[in-house]
Amino acid sequence: MDNILSITTFMPALAALILAVFLRGEDEAAQRNAKWVAMATTVITFIASLFILFEFDPNDTGFQFVEEGTWIMGLTYKMGVDGISVLFVMLTTFMMPLVIAASWSVTDRVKEYMIAFLLLETLMLGVFMALDLVLFYLFFEAGLIPMFLIIGIWGGANRIYASFKFFLYTFLGSVLMLVAMVGMYADASTTDIEALLSHQFGTESFSLLGIQIVGGMQTLLFLAFFASFAVKMPMWPVHTWLPDAHVQAPTAGSVVLAAILLKLGGYGFIRFSIGMFPVGSDVMAPLVLWMSAIAIVYTSLVALVQEDMKKLIAYSSVAHMGFVTMGIFAANQQGLDGAIFQMLSHGFISGALFLCVGVIYDRMHTRDIDAYGGLVNRMPAYALIFMLFTMANVGLPGTSGFVGEFLTLMAVFQVNTWVAAVATTGVIFSAAYALWLYRRVVMGDLIKESLKSITDMSRREKAIFAPLVVMTILLGVYPALILDIIGPSVAALVTQYDTALAAAEAATRLASN
Amino acid sequence: MSADLTIILPEILLAVFAMLGLIGAVYTSKDDLASPLLWATSAVFLAIAAWIGFAGEGTNVAFGGMFIDDAFSRFAKVTILVSAAAVLLMSEGYMSQRGLLRFEYPMLVVLAVVGMMTMVSAGDLMALYMGLELQSLALYVVASLRRDSVKSTEAGLKYFVLGALSSGLLLYGASLVYGYAGTTLFSGIVQVAEEGVSLGLLFGLVFLMAGFAFKVSAVPFHMWTPDVYEGSPTPVTAFFATAPKVAAMALFARVMHDAFGGAVADWQQIMALLSVLSMFLGAFAAIGQTNIKRLMAFSSIAHMGYALMGLAAGTVLGVQAMLVYMAIYVTMNVGTFAFILMMEKDGQPVVEIGALKMYSKREPGKALAMLVLLFSLAGVPPMLGFFGKLYVLRAAYEGGLAWLAIAGVIASVIGAYYYLRIVFFMYFGDAEEERLNGGKSPILWAMLMGSAAVMVLGIINMFGVEGAAAAAALTLVN
Repeated sequence: MDNILSITTFMPALAALILAVFLRGEDEAAQRNAKWVAMATTVITFIASLFILFEFDPNDTGFQFVEEGTWIMGLTYKMGVDGISVLFVMLTTFMMPLVIAASWSVTDRVKEYMIAFLLLETLMLGVFMALDLVLFYLFFEAGLIPMFLIIGIWGGANRIYASFKFFLYTFLGSVLMLVAMVGMYADASTTDIEALLSHQFGTESFSLLGIQIVGGMQTLLFLAFFASFAVKMPMWPVHTWLPDAHVQAPTAGSVVLAAILLKLGGYGFIRFSIGMFPVGSDVMAPLVLWMSAIAIVYTSLVALVQEDMKKLIAYSSVAHMGFVTMGIFAANQQGLDGAIFQMLSHGFISGALFLCVGVIYDRMHTRDIDAYGGLVNRMPAYALIFMLFTMANVGLPGTSGFVGEFLTLMAVFQVNTWVAAVATTGVIFSAAYALWLYRRVVMGDLIKESLKSITDMSRREKAIFAPLVVMTILLGVYPALILDIIGPSVAALVTQYDTALAAAEAATRLASN
Repeated sequence: MSADLTIILPEILLAVFAMLGLIGAVYTSKDDLASPLLWATSAVFLAIAAWIGFAGEGTNVAFGGMFIDDAFSRFAKVTILVSAAAVLLMSEGYMSQRGLLRFEYPMLVVLAVVGMMTMVSAGDLMALYMGLELQSLALYVVASLRRDSVKSTEAGLKYFVLGALSSGLLLYGASLVYGYAGTTLFSGIVQVAEEGVSLGLLFGLVFLMAGFAFKVSAVPFHMWTPDVYEGSPTPVTAFFATAPKVAAMALFARVMHDAFGGAVADWQQIMALLSVLSMFLGAFAAIGQTNIKRLMAFSSIAHMGYALMGLAAGTVLGVQAMLVYMAIYVTMNVGTFAFILMMEKDGQPVVEIGALKMYSKREPGKALAMLVLLFSLAGVPPMLGFFGKLYVLRAAYEGGLAWLAIAGVIASVIGAYYYLRIVFFMYFGDAEEERLNGGKSPILWAMLMGSAAVMVLGIINMFGVEGAAAAAALTLVN
């Protein structure tokens, strides 16, 4: 299995091609076939990715399963995973069968729907595995196309606005990164990420348009990548596309968006910003830390006043991503560990929360919080599951949400106490909005006439939640499961980061003497 | 002398073919011959393209340097011939259905193509002007092919008047260059220019560039484009959007590098300005369009801006980027216009974008192909159009024009909006009454699908175009 990564990546795309070419008609049987093909493919992809995980050696901090081939324009087709990326691959393949299962009730253009999701899976896997700048960009950007269609075709009432906003916002963020990549290619004459990680980009300060650029080229490159990843993450204040996209997307689209697509930004920060521009990151870190702290507090407060359940969870996602950026730019072992852990755990939790909304939306066709109340009387199983994920979202010890938040707060406390203090208040707010949401939707008496005949979760729905429940609790009580895998790679990255900073500092001191 | 004739044999053969075709058609009962002539013309184009592409070798100079046959001109000629053949094949059904298929049409196209081939091989200002005028005069007539339509004649007239003006500018520039360089041969001009560009020569250079900018429809010499695109019959528009653009762009590169290669600093700024203005105007002006032909006109203006970005770099990589960009651009446009030609209702052509509402429900295959082309036009990966953009960005950055690269990507985001709007009409929204029917032409369908397939599969190895473009660029820039 020399090219297991390519096989895993392109299997869903192949299935999409088969669906596109061979499946005809819109009748019941064709729809069922499309669903089962998509389901089978995502499950097989997950099994294939398990091979990667079992064969993966956590103590080897380099890239593993590397495949390399020549490509156009002097680029390389290079794939590989290390401790940082392998679990994101797992997260993607793990979530996709659940996403397909959650789409079982779709009836409009089912074939196209499944094709879009299968292509999306290929592109997301490609992002985490690509070891060539342009290959990375290709997967990173191409994901916009299926997501644009998913929101635009199968979305809610205001889907057109949301899909255009989503596309243009993230596209604008990314194109500057493209120019930066061209610049890196010119500087290092390679686009191989492995080689670029050990390439030293210029750190000499210079003045541009009358502004003194501290950290030189690295800072400029950092800013260009930052424009892209910050929008993708999304960070305050460029997060405004996310609530719109989430609210209008179909349930499965929201799950993919929250669970996986938001992680592309965080992964990019770790791989590129920290890995390749340590000096630039160090220069800009205080700004990013404060932006994160503001994001955590501000979006938590905004979440408090939302009327729409999906919007509330979307804002809570922005807040949780704030912990991630905070951890990353604390740039120490706990911070990066915590950030990766938080991203994975948020993948399960936010995915589950959007599925929770989807369950009652399928029944009542509204996401208004006011339209619900007292669901516990008719839906005890739902109430239990929703409570578990609400608690996980708050960061209750024993759930995976706690570990990530705690690690990142601890990390940032060592770097900047004030940011840590501000961010911690965000934890309280998050408890406030999450519990209040739960109170309004699930608790109380069932007085609304329309809810009197609502039914509890079906077996299919319970089956979708089961793996998520297991992962949330398992990672909460035994976080070493993740930390053991990412630890060595993160340690190597931190060492490299600190060495690069020390070297740059020594160079400046030498220059000033 | 006979060696000289061997070198321009393809051009001679085409010219003879055109004349024979005209005579033959006149002596038979006129338009019966139009359809066979059209097919024959396409076949001849493809045969000559294959001949030039496979048999051409080295650099051959004819008539004391007036005519140059090198890898660069061959690359451009093959692109011109193949795209012209494709567009001719696409026009057959459309033209004959509407009684537009006269025998003059394929013959005028042949003459235009001969002009273009002379343009890209020109090694002298006289040869350049001859080729350019042969091409232009044929195109003016083709634009007003539908002579009972006000819009078509208006398009032809506008094109003619403005084209004549630009030819005048160009001629004035050429005479200034001749006056100050003392020669019309590029190889002579380049030696004079290397010693320093005098004020008179600089004036000549600027006038020449203005003339070329008109031919590639770069801002601020673009005003004719939307009207001519809109007024001409759609197959003719498709032709305008492809082969002449390649020829004009290749000529632009030829003159800038062969005649003014030593004075890059003198024209780089102008080129960069043309590029940035074209990209932004193309991006903004297309937003409000409801007519898909006008929209494509602005889209082509923006695309010319990107191709000019490659030229502005003034390097080998820049020329290579421009050639690759043009090859990709032509392929995309052939597919897009095949789609536009299929837009009809009860036999009448439809150009309103709104008519595409929910097109994907009725024609999923064609809609998907168009989707691929639109994202490719917008430069979104993984389509081939993205690699074209990446090429010119890289050339601009490495040529020291990072600001132009940044401006280019920002313009591409603005431009993405109007391509997305077509996707929006085809895929989103609610189904309503059928606004398009018919359009079942196997040729058009094949062109559309083929072009879309190239946009997806091309990212694997670009079908070897890259290497040919690199060789072509190397012979031009030294």
